[in-house]
Amino acid sequence: MEINKDLIAASSTPIVLAILAEEDSYGYAILKRVQELSGGRMEWTDGMLYPVLHRLERLGHVEARWEVAESGRRRKYYRITPRGRAQLAEERGQWQAVDATLRGIWQALCLRVPASHSASAIPLPQGA
Amino acid sequence: MPVPGDAVSLEEQIDRWRSYVRRRQAIHSVDVAELEDHLREQVAVLVDAGLATDEAFLVAVKRMGDLDALSREFAREHSDRLWKQLVVGPSDSEEPRARARTDAIVAFCLAVAAAVVIKVPVAFGIQLDQDAGFYARNLSIFVLPLLTGYFVWKRRLDTSTLRWLAVAIVAAGVFANVYPFSPSGYTEALTALHLPIALWLVVGIAYASDRWGQVGGRMDFIRFSGELFIYYVLIALGGGVFTGFMGMIFQAIGIDLEPILGSWVLLCGAAGAVVIASWLVEAKQSVIENMAPVLTRLFTPLFAVVLVTFLGTLLWTGPGVDIERDVLIAFDLLLVVVLGLLLYSVSARDPRSPPGAFDVVQVVLVVSALLADAVALWAIAARITEFGFSPNRVAALGVNLILLVNLAWSAVLYVRFLRRRGSFSLLERWQTDYLPVYALWAAIVVIAFPLVFGYI
Repeated sequence: MEINKDLIAASSTPIVLAILAEEDSYGYAILKRVQELSGGRMEWTDGMLYPVLHRLERLGHVEARWEVAESGRRRKYYRITPRGRAQLAEERGQWQAVDATLRGIWQALCLRVPASHSASAIPLPQGA
Repeated sequence: MPVPGDAVSLEEQIDRWRSYVRRRQAIHSVDVAELEDHLREQVAVLVDAGLATDEAFLVAVKRMGDLDALSREFAREHSDRLWKQLVVGPSDSEEPRARARTDAIVAFCLAVAAAVVIKVPVAFGIQLDQDAGFYARNLSIFVLPLLTGYFVWKRRLDTSTLRWLAVAIVAAGVFANVYPFSPSGYTEALTALHLPIALWLVVGIAYASDRWGQVGGRMDFIRFSGELFIYYVLIALGGGVFTGFMGMIFQAIGIDLEPILGSWVLLCGAAGAVVIASWLVEAKQSVIENMAPVLTRLFTPLFAVVLVTFLGTLLWTGPGVDIERDVLIAFDLLLVVVLGLLLYSVSARDPRSPPGAFDVVQVVLVVSALLADAVALWAIAARITEFGFSPNRVAALGVNLILLVNLAWSAVLYVRFLRRRGSFSLLERWQTDYLPVYALWAAIVVIAFPLVFGYI
């Protein structure tokens, strides 16, 4: 299943902030974590993560530092700031509202037309 | 595990990828480093999973995403990067930055030196307002040697060339000052006007240094001259605002700065700005789009339309050119402008690209300018004996002929190029080969005219 571009763009901020809230990380590891969490269903184009990180850095939600990784290469690590945590809480509230709304409507649909339940491809989002 | 041969080719591939990404204006080199770290990790993981390195590299690059889309995203996030900054930007590595700093310091010192040198005559009792003639004749001798010095230092010119340049500058100083010019006479004004042109060749030889013998080196000097002119005009505008502002606020507290502004700030500023503007052009040449070709693109069609209309009107109303005494100077200026337009479109054109619509406009412009000038010359030739041969008129006629020859042959070469009978580089070669002719003529005017015309 492909998730559409707008949805990916809208969800990228909370996802990245939440992953950084777990621990400091860098681009490749963040992408790996996204893959892991979504069970491979969220396919981000690798490069596109970096403009997102740079935007969060500009907004002061994360801060970056260069470190030498164990491989000997220089690597840019990101850390969430208090402002980023506040933003994450805010986004979380918004997404929960959206999620609750959708859950409500899915449930209403299931009750009204139980026959179409197996035929329809729509009601997947319980797992999302 | 990758075998060593694979590892080398991976490094090569990454090198190639890196230089490819770096060409994107919106993606700075720190970002490239970040992306490269990502790429390497991705490749390593894929190789561990059993792929060959080159396959892993291809997959990793593919996953990175389309470079156009990526650089668009970067541009959206860093929109300022699409504006190349005019301030000398920090370069990436340490060594060029140190060199740029030395360069700036040397340029600044030479600019200060130019500002000081131009006031040295005051110590010998020569004032700007009383000895305007002296200053007019020597202005270029005060400033241009310092500019030459900047390029001698920058290009590490060899001593034999340096000796010739020094001889030329000393000769200029001698010829500007030994003749007993009559005060505010014609020949003095001609010397003041032509000496900078002759000396500009000295600057050019220092600028191009060992590339002076090549078309490319001289073409670079032409580009440099055009950009310098534009930078200088911009700095002069800024300087005008600056001095005006200074005069105004001091006026408010009852202090009249007029005398200081005129003879110090303006004069020293104008002298120093030559060196500063040159340094800016040098520092910026790879950063900023050249302005002269842009202006050329803008004005070539306009001038072409005006000249064609002029010729059409001339034909329609009959040969009614009103030959005034100064008309030759007006047509000289016209040819200079047309030559400038031609020169800066030649300098910016890729010689390998095929003829296009703009080239046709260019030819129309040159040919109509030639026709207009021919009409003027014809009219003036009929009455030249009546007007007499004053130094001004001979000088104007000489310049006119030099420009006419240049433009006429340029037109021939350009038409050949349009008809695909010759290459564009022939036109480039002709223009750059012609450069010394202007300097030679200027030198003749400076050296011979005062003698021939009796210093009037």
